[in-house]
Amino acid sequence: MYPADYRYTEEHEWIKVDSGVGTVGITDYAQNELGDVVFVELPKVGAQLKTGQSFGTVESVKAVSEIFSPVSGEVLEINSLLVDSPEKINSDPHGAAWLVKVKLADPREIDPLMDAAAYQKFTAEKAQEHSA
Amino acid sequence: MRYLPKSPSERQEMLAAIGADNIEELFQTIPGKFRLREKLPLPGPLSEMEIIDYFKDRASETARDYTSFLGAGVYQHLRSVVTEAIVQRGEFLTSYTPYQAEISQGTLTAIFEFQTLMAQLTGQEVANASMYDGSTALTEAVLMAQRITGRDKVLVARTVHPEYRQVLATYAKNLGLEIEEINYAASGHLDRDALSPEKIAASAAVVVQSPNFFGVLEHIPALADSAHSSGALLVTTIAEAVSLGIVRPPIEADIVAMEGQSFGVAPSYGGPFVGVIATRDKFVRQMPGRLAGQTTDAAGQRGFVLTLATREQHIRREKATSNICTNEALFALVATVHLCLLGKEGLREMALQNIAKAQFALAELAKIPGVRRTFSGRFFNEFVVEFPRSVKLINSALLREKIIGPLAVGMHYPELSKRGLLCVTETMPRREIERLVAAIRRILETPV
Repeated sequence: MYPADYRYTEEHEWIKVDSGVGTVGITDYAQNELGDVVFVELPKVGAQLKTGQSFGTVESVKAVSEIFSPVSGEVLEINSLLVDSPEKINSDPHGAAWLVKVKLADPREIDPLMDAAAYQKFTAEKAQEHSA
Repeated sequence: MRYLPKSPSERQEMLAAIGADNIEELFQTIPGKFRLREKLPLPGPLSEMEIIDYFKDRASETARDYTSFLGAGVYQHLRSVVTEAIVQRGEFLTSYTPYQAEISQGTLTAIFEFQTLMAQLTGQEVANASMYDGSTALTEAVLMAQRITGRDKVLVARTVHPEYRQVLATYAKNLGLEIEEINYAASGHLDRDALSPEKIAASAAVVVQSPNFFGVLEHIPALADSAHSSGALLVTTIAEAVSLGIVRPPIEADIVAMEGQSFGVAPSYGGPFVGVIATRDKFVRQMPGRLAGQTTDAAGQRGFVLTLATREQHIRREKATSNICTNEALFALVATVHLCLLGKEGLREMALQNIAKAQFALAELAKIPGVRRTFSGRFFNEFVVEFPRSVKLINSALLREKIIGPLAVGMHYPELSKRGLLCVTETMPRREIERLVAAIRRILETPV
């Protein structure tokens, strides 16, 4: 379910780093909690992101949620596919529906983030909390 | 809803439940300097009969039987008794926005019709369910432009209503929004030479009013071109909505903020009125306030709901698009019923009468020696006239003849002393215009 080469945050974003460039999206757990996504608001190319700070919003039929940046760095690219097809977030959250590509200010920033196994455990606990 | 005060024992019970001994203890977290130490200097309670007498006295102070040439943001227009009869029905007579679509189809349908009318009149793609008034609508439009462009400065024409600019300045003060005012030209239009591309490129929006405070119609298409070519938006505000019956709508503007009072709402005490925000479809998620939308219910029938509410204060708290959490649903209904009664032709006819009567009044006034129009730009139903004497002096003499004269423009624009802003609408009979002109002629002939 969760790609092994991605890292994950407690706010349910994922990041995949390739030669200093991180691709960021929201997780399958997040899209499932949100329900049908109808709108995505992304930063402009060139914007500076800071770790833990909101850089955009995902709007579903239920709520508008902030997206928090897992790392600091400059936005190199945004996924323009989501402007017309925000529902891609529901169907392919870990693939086609990536949100932004960021040039990492410090590649070590991803070290403390969860790996796939840890995130899987984290979401399982969350699900249990909900059902308890 | 019942309004029953709490008894002392009930208060004590409530305090005990939260662990406070007395009211003082409840308020102790409020810093001392913000606490009221003495009683408010209010008169004592009155009996029901005393209250009725009090309000009868106040009502008798109202300027009855006066003829008014005041406009400047509040306009005397035809109002039909039919409108009043409909909006006073119990089903409608609530100012609250219906959250529950299940029980509010009538009101939601009316709001949807209001939005449709406002979008059509302003030449925009979408309009909201209303704002408080023109000034707050303008402020929200400017904040919208700031969110859309990410720029923290706006260029505001000095010909925007001075009180609208005050409301905007009050909001802007603590929001990191810089306001630069752009002066007017001799024609009464915004001075386009004062709008450099560099200035616009640093700004979220160019903000103009049309007809502007001097009554002059701005060149919206040209201003939109200037704004857009430097990446800014054009925000247009309209204080006199009846002008849309004949004036080309501001279709090139990105956001239109309008005062809807002219559509059947009484001038009252200067309010309450009804504001409008209309914009392009692509900016709908940055538009504040309520929005009624059309949908289909489980049985496939046409129905109406509040839509896009996920960005509003009751859901998104401090991150909402606006902290104005209410609207003017009843006055939006007044405007809707009023416009439906008038129809397309009726509104156009009304607007034409405004132009004709205002033109007649100006032509008659200009025959008085020393009286002439200040600006040359085309106008709708208001115009600024220069007098050889102070407007205040003229007005106090006019009041004795039961005429409320022009607004002294100098109170808002010190450089425009001895200028009066006059408004002539379709409600003004020809004989009253002639009476005004004769009175001013007589006043000016009398030595000071």
